[in-house]
Amino acid sequence: MIELGMQSSIKLINEDGLRIDGRKPNELRPIRIEAGILNRADGSAYIEWGGNKVLVAVYGPREAFPKHTQNPSRAVINARYNMAAFSVDERKRPGPDRRAVEISKVIGEALESAIFTEQFPRTSIDVYIEVLQADAGTRIAGLTAASVALVDAGIPMRDMVVGCAAGKIDGHVVLDLNKEEDNYGEADLPMAIIPRTQEIVLLQMDGHLTRDELKVAMDMSKKASLYISNLQRQALLAKYREGEEKEAEKNE
Amino acid sequence: MNKLDSERRIVLPGEEIDLNGMKQGNGIYHENGKYYAYQMGVVQTYNNYVNIIPLSGKYYPVRNDRVIAKVIDIAPSFWIMDIRGPYPGFLHINDTPWKSFDQDLSKILGVGDTVFAKVNEITESRQIWLSIKDAGLRKLEGGHIIMVQPTKVSRIIGKGGSMVNTIKELTGVKIQLGQNGVVWLDGQADKILVVRKVLRYIEKEAHTSGLTDRVRKMLEESR
Repeated sequence: MIELGMQSSIKLINEDGLRIDGRKPNELRPIRIEAGILNRADGSAYIEWGGNKVLVAVYGPREAFPKHTQNPSRAVINARYNMAAFSVDERKRPGPDRRAVEISKVIGEALESAIFTEQFPRTSIDVYIEVLQADAGTRIAGLTAASVALVDAGIPMRDMVVGCAAGKIDGHVVLDLNKEEDNYGEADLPMAIIPRTQEIVLLQMDGHLTRDELKVAMDMSKKASLYISNLQRQALLAKYREGEEKEAEKNE
Repeated sequence: MNKLDSERRIVLPGEEIDLNGMKQGNGIYHENGKYYAYQMGVVQTYNNYVNIIPLSGKYYPVRNDRVIAKVIDIAPSFWIMDIRGPYPGFLHINDTPWKSFDQDLSKILGVGDTVFAKVNEITESRQIWLSIKDAGLRKLEGGHIIMVQPTKVSRIIGKGGSMVNTIKELTGVKIQLGQNGVVWLDGQADKILVVRKVLRYIEKEAHTSGLTDRVRKMLEESR
């Protein structure tokens, strides 16, 4: 049995210092974000982050139901992280489990720190995060897409929350773990920030890191987050640029 | 620099806004003496105010807005209406031209009926009271309803009503626009389909310039 944090026989970093998918230690997986892809939702986004595929829909602000959940001074954020039964190798039993409830909570709280909830008392803002395919780092992929969907829904926000995970494999601190590295590595550290102020809004750790390693991992994540933040912005602008380009073609 | 930046600059939440000595308008917040956008939208200056005109978002009621509301429930002396906002609207019998005399309110307006109303009052606890006691306000009978994004309504109206008047003129369809993004249309079926196509086009192209001329061309072609 392989326990988390135990040395396994699997080699995650080769002699050239490259990881099993050929990435360098500080290299991200390819990321593609698309905004506004669902017609019925108030806002939506789709993200492909390496092997992760996550769809996010945002509804609201709308009257919170049941009524006792309403807060008379601000809006409540209802985030729901859900993994599809077919998102992992072995069928995942559908429905919320301990893990999904925890992830929903931390994502909701991370988003709440950026949203002007006091503008909409007694309402709820519902964020549905559907993981269609999972390959480690889904909570951060979901959170990153959720902020894009919230902006697409026109919800007032201080800034767009963005995140990235770092971790430790074979004794090296690396960025953005994939499934194998997450399973057989020593630690996983998902982190999300508000890029403008660099405030940390989500930080979790699975496994063990020394104080110095933690610092290195956090710096790595922060740098990567700022790069991903730019991708989020490009995705939103692309939605409105498309029409403009078509028009330019027509005029030529 | 791309075309968007030069003319109608689109900003995103958290982007710093340079007020150039003007006042802080809608869609902007300040922190530590600096100003930032809180919504995705187009920057516009108006009357010495810098505003961000949002590109998306729900309808947020403002006093005296004209909206198209649908009855969703009936209480003893008022109707509860859906105005497509974060809160429901209320229409009291006293704010209508009808008299109740203890009769059933559903005989006047039933669930599912639509009215063209104005936002009369918004209380501190965000209760929205509607009224249909003003010129032009009425129960809407017949016709078709099309939903558009509330943020695009001002674009559909155009400068001084130029856009909506162009559409009315070239199609002969009666149009009633609600600020909440509900559009009521009445006229020939084929013309209504044309108007629907045009409304969708305006919605998609709302952030671009020279739209009225393009819509005019589109309508003339479809005739």
